[in-house]
Amino acid sequence: MTEAAQRLADAYGTHAIELSVAGSQVLVAQVREGAPLDIILTADATTAATLTGLGVVQGEPQAFARNRLAIAVAEGNPLGIAGLGDLAGPGVTLVLAAPHVPAGRYTAELLDAAGITLSASSLEPSVRAVLTKVQLGEADAGIVYRTDLARPGITGIEIPHEINPITEYFAAALTTARDPVAASAFVAYLATPAAQNILAELGFSS
Amino acid sequence: MSRVVPIRLAALALVGLALLLVPIAGLLIRVPWSGLGGDLADSGDALRVSAVVSVLATTVAVGLGVPLAWLLARGRFRGRGLLRAAVLLPIVLPPVVSGVALLASLGRTGPVGRFLEVFLGFTLPFTTAGAVVAAAFVALPFVALVAEAGFRSVDRDLEDVAATLGAGPWRRFRRIALPQAVPALAAAVVLGWARALGEFGATVTFAGNLTGRTQTLPLAIFFELERDPEAAFSLSLLLVAISLLVLTAARRTWAR
Repeated sequence: MTEAAQRLADAYGTHAIELSVAGSQVLVAQVREGAPLDIILTADATTAATLTGLGVVQGEPQAFARNRLAIAVAEGNPLGIAGLGDLAGPGVTLVLAAPHVPAGRYTAELLDAAGITLSASSLEPSVRAVLTKVQLGEADAGIVYRTDLARPGITGIEIPHEINPITEYFAAALTTARDPVAASAFVAYLATPAAQNILAELGFSS
Repeated sequence: MSRVVPIRLAALALVGLALLLVPIAGLLIRVPWSGLGGDLADSGDALRVSAVVSVLATTVAVGLGVPLAWLLARGRFRGRGLLRAAVLLPIVLPPVVSGVALLASLGRTGPVGRFLEVFLGFTLPFTTAGAVVAAAFVALPFVALVAEAGFRSVDRDLEDVAATLGAGPWRRFRRIALPQAVPALAAAVVLGWARALGEFGATVTFAGNLTGRTQTLPLAIFFELERDPEAAFSLSLLLVAISLLVLTAARRTWAR
């Protein structure tokens, strides 16, 4: 999503947009403590609802992109992992996102739907940390977003749609925005075909 | 009252003191005193991991840091300044950089890490041993720094006398220098332990986060802050209390 946000910001053009990138829950904490932000993009409805509950967003957060989960393994899949079931093996070092970050919540949903219990070697503070551990070869596998698989050194294993939760990203203009109109305009822009095309190119569905 | 400190300096010193104490006071205000017992009871795993990791890390840091300190204090060789800089590097490195460096060397794909996996059959990342290595890495410079200062203050004349009486270098180290440096070494142990106990960035990067295995108190605080901020405040208070206790104990050895 970082790359997507950067591409969208560049394409928008009307205003120069600066990104402050962090896990959704960290962003919420920043907004709560009064960070000078105009727009927030979050990775799940829970975080969006938290923001609405805090009364810091203008109107309702708008869903603007969707994603799914996938298994990330080292390039070429040396352990021959074919699906979630293979992650439970004793020879597989698995890392997952911690349950309080959006990716961790989605992972819990996924494992629930699949009826599988997995024991992770580490519950990482962000989905990016999960990806990094796999990229560096410290972990054999991790569960990440499908759009994360384009990274070098990573091979993706698809998870069947029947059990794979649809993840949804939300955007909202903050009440503390320096220019509330411009902030709302960018949120509206995310729903336009131009923005949606960029998201689709990066693997996000709408 | 005789004024020995210029008023301008005193004013700045007070501001400095405020900068140090206001956050701690803020923490005390936010601690949920009524739920304190429950929060601490729930963090038994983190407490246990922290105790094990910090004690083992201190043992490693002292076992290796004291000889290094001796080398720095007494060794006469070229590049000693460079060596000292290298030893002290982890003090100024951002902890996450320490973690990345540990991954690059001792991780599964690092040169040493690969050797460990292939020949000894074990890996450090995501293990308690990995957390110990991360904590020892950041604690060792503190031990070496304080111990070196201690060795430097040892009376060289006594060692010279011992030498003329036929005592070899090992005997002079053990019987003359070491006993004199005990207060400094005690301070080194305490500081090293406090640093190991507080270690976060290198640990989460190198050893990961798993309850009961690598999740130490600082990691538990970080993750609780996003799940249950009240519990994070309780755990923070615990670490502040331990640190104060340790510093008070260490001050006695310094004051001697």
